[in-house]
Amino acid sequence: MARRVVVTGIGILSSIGRNLPETIDSILQSRSGIGKLQHLDTPHKKEFPFAEVPWSNDQLVELAQLTDSEGYSRNALLGVIAAREAFHHARLPHLPPLRTGLISATTVGGMDRCELYFNDFLTNDSKNIYIDVYDCADSTEKIADILHIRDYVTTISTACSSAANAILLGGRMIRSGQLDRVIAGGTEALTTFHVNGFNALKILDKIPCRPFDANRNGITLGEGAAYLVLEAEEAARAGKREILAELTGYGNACEAFHQTASAPDGKGAFLAMERALQVSGTDPSEIDYINAHGTGTDNNDIAEGVAIERLFGKRIPKVSSTKPLTGHMTSAAGSVEAILSILCLTHRLILPNLNFTTQMPELNFTPVTTLIRDIDVKTVLSNSFGFGGNNTSLIFKKTPI
Amino acid sequence: MVKQKAYINGVGCISPQQTIDNRLFLAEPVSVESTRLKAIDPNYREFVPPEMVRRMGRIIKMGVAAARSCLADAGNFPSPSGEGSGEGPEAIITGTGLGCIEDTEKFLGNMIKNNEEFLTPTSFIQSTHNTVSAQIALLIKCHGYNFTYVHRGFSFETAILDSLVQMENNRAKSVLLGAADELTTNSFQIQNRMGFWRRKPTDNLKLLDHLERGTIAGEGAAFFLLEGKEKPNSYAVLNDVEMLFHPVTTDEITHKIHLFLDRNGLKESDIDLLLLGRNGDIRFDPVYDDVIATAFPEVVSCGFKQLCGEYMTASSFGLWLASKILKEQRIPDTLFLQKKPEALKHILLYNHYRGINHSLILMSQA
Repeated sequence: MARRVVVTGIGILSSIGRNLPETIDSILQSRSGIGKLQHLDTPHKKEFPFAEVPWSNDQLVELAQLTDSEGYSRNALLGVIAAREAFHHARLPHLPPLRTGLISATTVGGMDRCELYFNDFLTNDSKNIYIDVYDCADSTEKIADILHIRDYVTTISTACSSAANAILLGGRMIRSGQLDRVIAGGTEALTTFHVNGFNALKILDKIPCRPFDANRNGITLGEGAAYLVLEAEEAARAGKREILAELTGYGNACEAFHQTASAPDGKGAFLAMERALQVSGTDPSEIDYINAHGTGTDNNDIAEGVAIERLFGKRIPKVSSTKPLTGHMTSAAGSVEAILSILCLTHRLILPNLNFTTQMPELNFTPVTTLIRDIDVKTVLSNSFGFGGNNTSLIFKKTPI
Repeated sequence: MVKQKAYINGVGCISPQQTIDNRLFLAEPVSVESTRLKAIDPNYREFVPPEMVRRMGRIIKMGVAAARSCLADAGNFPSPSGEGSGEGPEAIITGTGLGCIEDTEKFLGNMIKNNEEFLTPTSFIQSTHNTVSAQIALLIKCHGYNFTYVHRGFSFETAILDSLVQMENNRAKSVLLGAADELTTNSFQIQNRMGFWRRKPTDNLKLLDHLERGTIAGEGAAFFLLEGKEKPNSYAVLNDVEMLFHPVTTDEITHKIHLFLDRNGLKESDIDLLLLGRNGDIRFDPVYDDVIATAFPEVVSCGFKQLCGEYMTASSFGLWLASKILKEQRIPDTLFLQKKPEALKHILLYNHYRGINHSLILMSQA
């Protein structure tokens, strides 16, 4: 009998709040974090809106409560703040006897420092405190050192599905008995590197993103970090921790169609959702809400929408993309949206797909457009898809107390 | 949990040695006087459609070629063009320390030079770390589980652990496991300024002979087809893997080794050959001597990084080497052993990356 995996802690930092209470406050007011760039310097700042975390690196150092902040990229600062919040939210004891792991996700890593100082790194010693922060593992190792995690520490990078995969992996490691507890999530700071990358792909919208809208025209990039504390159910109960939700299912599929585009029939999305339902032992009719990947690109929203229609048939659950709230936080999107999905369970909510006005002719369903409160939500599915056709779906259930 | 044996039924390796041809086994080791070792590029057109070769960055070519060489070695030829009859792996799991740095540097360089204008997306698309895994999936039409680990000296090890978990209870019948890292002029230069490499060119085959500051940079790609069933061409059993992040004392390491061997029903003295990640750097090699003195006083040991250089996924070259040793039941002369092991049943690979990422990989004769 596989072990059950429960969520006992949450930490989140994004454009809509520096912690969980602020995030809840923002979603209850449907307050979007999308606006003008204040901190990242790029010639494109007037051209596109962004969901930037509204604090400077110096302010983030304070929020991170660091005694020694030397050599911290923005990516690492965001990660430390959110991971620490999750750790304390779960009221985890220090140096636990249980086998504890840290699984973090990022794609650009410490590129926010590297893009500024690349030439210095090559030619002089002036910026050497940042010379070792480029790779993806840098922020993860800083978090592991702060939280004293030794047993299992790793970083995964599967583009925009990375943080969802961190949660999937955490769930699998606990189920298979390799670990008892995992802090899983992702962190991503805005960089001119990926702003220009997505701009070169011509998939940034000049106005705030409009997922599942007929006139959608691309992504709004965001930044932030989010981590979940996952535990084997018996460990959580023995520690008398509050159980927020159960991670019952997860699925990963590779579309093997194109390096960046989704297959128009949504094959990868379909397979990922189908596998998650299988692992969960859940019938499609039991899903109350889908937090869609819903980037607002022409290609994604058709593929994902078609896959949802194929899998759920006539009975489509409530669907929304929360990217108009938080922006597309790339490698952190999966854990941010997992947390927003869990908040739907704990706070009896369905979150709105803001900025939607016009029905897509290709789809038969319409996303939820305003916040629904006091609604019974028992089972939620969260989608995250990435470059390389890497598709991941997670299922969370409300746990009876 | 039912422990499912994972047999290594195919290997593919691109390294600074002549390793892409699986019939060869380090008979004529490559020796150069340098501070870096370059992987020997095969004729990539033998492994990748020519129109794709032109577009791919070097790490992608190395990864894809090593993966296809591995599948061919295993007699497993999944192909969209219909060659061969194999079913193909059910999952692709890879590790890379720095990912596609050539493409990353290209996009970054153009972005800085052109003040963020007139950029084409190709190098950005190929800069994401999961490009190697994704391109292999695309080429062999594998819709299964696809994961990329990017954690310094744990990148390959966590990929191994994930592969073994995937195969538990026979959930995945076959997994394509691999690692790839490339060295570029700039990445060499930056790591040189960080004090990673030797100041003076050194004969790589004599790298471990005397210790100084720094080691030799390396690169490469190695892939392994893991299957639940033994076959006539099986190389070895990949038993188990363990990691230890940032240990402070040697006792922590030897304790971890003891627990690791114990859970696999072995004692320290059961190990026939200890393959060590020694790299000739005086700051990092003494740990290996301390561990040997405490835990393995009688066990035969040797290093392997004199052949492949140091990089974040160098342990994948070590796994290739151990696979060949167990299959052929012989140790190549170039590994200069102090004495010959009496048998070649169990090999333990112990590696650490810069004293932070310590890892253990246990393998047995098939």
